[in-house]
Amino acid sequence: MQGGASVSTGIGERVPRKEDKRLLNGQAKFVGDLKFPRQWEAAFVRSPIAHGRIRAVTKPDDATDRVFTAADLADVLPIQAESSLPGYKGSDFYPLARDKVRFVGECVAICIAPTRAEAEDIAERVALDLDPLPPVMDAILARDPDSTLLHENWGDNLFVTTHFNEGIDAARAAADVVIEREYSTARQCMTPMEGKGTLSYWDDKTGQLVVYTSTQVPHLIRSGISQFLQIDQGEVRVIAPDVGGGFGYKCVLQPEELSVSWVARKTGRPIRWTEDRREHLVAGANTRQHHYRITAYADKRGRILGVDADITVDVGAFSVWPFTACLEAAQAGGNLPGPYAFPGYRCTTYSVATNKPPFTPYRGVARPGVCFAMELTIDAVARAVDREPAEVRKENLVPAEAMPFTNVTKKFYDSGDYPGSVTEAQKAIDLAAFRPRQEQALAEGKYLGIGFSTFTEQSAHGTKVFAAWGLPLVPGYEQAMVKLTPSGSVEVRSGNHSFGQGLETTLAQVASEWLTVPVERIAVTMGDTGMTPYSTGAYASRGMVMAGGAVSKAAEVLAGRIRKHAAHLLQCQPDDVTLKDGHAHAGAASVSFADIGRAWYLRPDQLPDDVDTAGLEVTEGYKPEIDSGVFTYATHAAIVEVDIDTGHVEILDYVVFEDCGRRVNPMILEGQTYGGAAQGIGTALFEEVLYDANGQPLTSTLADYILPGPAELPNFRLSHKETLSPYTRHGMKGVGEGGAIAPGGAIINAVNDALRPLEVELNQIPATPARVLGAVLKARAAEGTAS
Amino acid sequence: MKPVAFSHTLPDSVVEATRLAAGGVDVKIIGGGQSLGPMLNLRLARPEALVDVAALNDLRRIADTGSHVEIGATIRHAEIEDGAVPDPIPGMLRHVAGGIAYRAVRNKGTIGGSLCHADPAADWVSAMTALDATLVIAGQDGSTREVPMTRFMEGAYRTSLEPGEVLCTIRIPKCGADARWGYYKICRKVGEFADAIAATVIDPERRYCRVVFGAASGAPLVARDLALSLAETGSAAPQDEVKDALLTLDPALDSIKCHQLAVAYARCLAEAMPND
Repeated sequence: MQGGASVSTGIGERVPRKEDKRLLNGQAKFVGDLKFPRQWEAAFVRSPIAHGRIRAVTKPDDATDRVFTAADLADVLPIQAESSLPGYKGSDFYPLARDKVRFVGECVAICIAPTRAEAEDIAERVALDLDPLPPVMDAILARDPDSTLLHENWGDNLFVTTHFNEGIDAARAAADVVIEREYSTARQCMTPMEGKGTLSYWDDKTGQLVVYTSTQVPHLIRSGISQFLQIDQGEVRVIAPDVGGGFGYKCVLQPEELSVSWVARKTGRPIRWTEDRREHLVAGANTRQHHYRITAYADKRGRILGVDADITVDVGAFSVWPFTACLEAAQAGGNLPGPYAFPGYRCTTYSVATNKPPFTPYRGVARPGVCFAMELTIDAVARAVDREPAEVRKENLVPAEAMPFTNVTKKFYDSGDYPGSVTEAQKAIDLAAFRPRQEQALAEGKYLGIGFSTFTEQSAHGTKVFAAWGLPLVPGYEQAMVKLTPSGSVEVRSGNHSFGQGLETTLAQVASEWLTVPVERIAVTMGDTGMTPYSTGAYASRGMVMAGGAVSKAAEVLAGRIRKHAAHLLQCQPDDVTLKDGHAHAGAASVSFADIGRAWYLRPDQLPDDVDTAGLEVTEGYKPEIDSGVFTYATHAAIVEVDIDTGHVEILDYVVFEDCGRRVNPMILEGQTYGGAAQGIGTALFEEVLYDANGQPLTSTLADYILPGPAELPNFRLSHKETLSPYTRHGMKGVGEGGAIAPGGAIINAVNDALRPLEVELNQIPATPARVLGAVLKARAAEGTAS
Repeated sequence: MKPVAFSHTLPDSVVEATRLAAGGVDVKIIGGGQSLGPMLNLRLARPEALVDVAALNDLRRIADTGSHVEIGATIRHAEIEDGAVPDPIPGMLRHVAGGIAYRAVRNKGTIGGSLCHADPAADWVSAMTALDATLVIAGQDGSTREVPMTRFMEGAYRTSLEPGEVLCTIRIPKCGADARWGYYKICRKVGEFADAIAATVIDPERRYCRVVFGAASGAPLVARDLALSLAETGSAAPQDEVKDALLTLDPALDSIKCHQLAVAYARCLAEAMPND
């Protein structure tokens, strides 16, 4: 690579994050920090019931001009996220409910006032006359033909049902061992530190609606606002300022973004809404809830021949734009076989409408669920054939020598050594030493267990994959601009966005790799549709591969142009020029980038007449050589102690062995994995949205919705290897989601390993103390009855 | 999550505080605000007026009378954790205070505020019951009355405080040199409200033994039979007997909660009598 070796801030370096100065010193600007003249605040009237017909929404007499309802927003289209999957049934998600309310927390009216407290005062006085309907809260029961319907015109409660079958009959016929299990995962909230927030105003100078919003996907939000408010794209500018975490929650168009924008345009005032924690925990309870019924067929050694699965996704009331109500089930059905090579697979997925907030893809998208189900199945098979689960796991994984490998669901695994990741995790956690330790502990009345969990993380998947999932919006080429300034510094512009992943630093590192300018002198601008080239944004672990690839390509072209300009100034051939430390060198002579920039911008008289008129500003588009994505993979392993008297699970050790191709910034990568794994531990042991029989949420504060804290997290031990992807620039693979995928499998496998002497097996997460204790007490009662 | 509009008054004296607090039904007394604050933001509490007693010097006194330790109602958890209060029994107050929520909460929250809030899962209601504390309460006319902790809390979030009354002092009997204590709580995670609390104080010098269970459905449960058995045998009753005693005290306990309380009791006694 040109000149890269001499630069200390290029690819592979542990460069401290550029954005941390403002983020860690309280200088960041989130939506909540913005203040415009004449700005008012918004509060929403939200449905207090899970399901009902709206008879009337009555504004307070003294505030009719401060309250807006569906009747006012008559020219706003409902959010429709259509899927092209066969049999898909669409939903009309009005930004303010019309005719019916379908979940507690659904927006019914928007109220504005100079302060949020006053807006809430008004909201309290808006009278809702609702005719309650029976709530549909259980996705399995909702499939019953006699169930109450959310969308009456559908005839049932199914957004879509998908079927897949290849070779399951052969697997069944050949099986020595048959394992049947049911698994379930709880509904969760994503709980970013900064909730959602949006602020809109009409700019008369540009004739634009300017929308500051806390989003991962500013260009998509621009398209969405234009589409559903029915105004031209040219009249919408979306700016994502500093964003305090997204995790997928902020990758969809939110109804509040439409209502706030409509009211801002209507009233001529800047209007802001800031989601509070209760709103998030109620109306944002929108992810992770799956149910699995699985039959696995295996031979005597535990080699899986086939898996038969029914997967039910509790989608909630509506289809979110643009990722639809079907993405989760499509990912679940396609990814359940995961890193395993078995040939037989039958799967039916049900995407079920319920009276809950609409399902939104969360870090890992379906894979935390399928990984949990598959990894517990592997361990159940291993127990059935009485072998070490890690060994059974390795024999079932795609072997390294089979790479590249196309699995039963036609996933194209580009590279890697999956069994090797188990071997490495096994060594790191020292499985061999653990078994005697476990035996000794048991003799002392302590229940220790070990669990493994292996997964693949499809990342930066592109055009064809998203088109096959039936989404209304499909990513194509990612654009980026790289520019040399007259001072010799560099500007990078990307329509992607950074909301905590350190992209501001890692994109600068990619540019630094080509241009030999340190990251301190590389300014990265993202998130503003008025300032950046188009990108569909940050989701699907695509930021580094896609935006990084685009920056790499643009920076490479710019480096070539710099060499050409330098060749003229140095009176040599471009091929004789090398770049190093922000200078162009030819033999003993050199010019600085500042000299080159100055010549182009300020002293063009120094350049020849046949100069490249494109100058020192380059925009390029990029996507990997394959659309099918590049697959990061990892094995997590955990040792736990289960307190059988209280049901508490303590994580004693936790190791991660991961291969994500080329690591651009290993420090940032480690942070990503720590954070993801912490969220995965939340999924495994703590986080659970609960409802009563009437569909009322019982977990509407952080005293009830329990997140893991520092004291509950282990000291993660990470190790890596780099198998470069042959299909991406620099061999990079996406890694943002991976950490969150595996903990459920690793931890619950460890819990079940610990409780094996009691013949207790948990198949539901989170494994709360009450759930673990309940299972232990039940087993003991059964034992008492038996004896 | 913004509160309704309210007035905020800082009285100069306890007498003025009691007068203001008697001003109407919609008056709330606020100390550290660590429980009332969230309830205000959730609009579960909707007072017209807050009377803020956190800065009243009369409520911040600490004394050792020889027979008792007296703690002003607005002494903060963190101050107790840091040892600002004399020990009625070595180490117990500091241990309990240090286990309340998080340091940020302890820096603001007050012992009196916690007692008056009367959350069944809070620490002080159980610990003060175990220590047989007496509460000194000021009335409007400058008078005071004393209520033992066992009669102060009447149920979940309910106390015997009358409108216009202000809790001033918590008076704790001092224990003898060979007294022992145990305090064990089971929580989902560090800093969370407890799922189960067991507290024991054994003071042979005063012939005092008490066993208390917290985080049940209402006021802490005082298990007299278990205390008698503990005093007689010097060891824990079998788990089945503990569960029977618990169900006698509170027949509504579910099996998981009952089990957690029994486990907390066994562990509390293991702390109280580590050599047994």
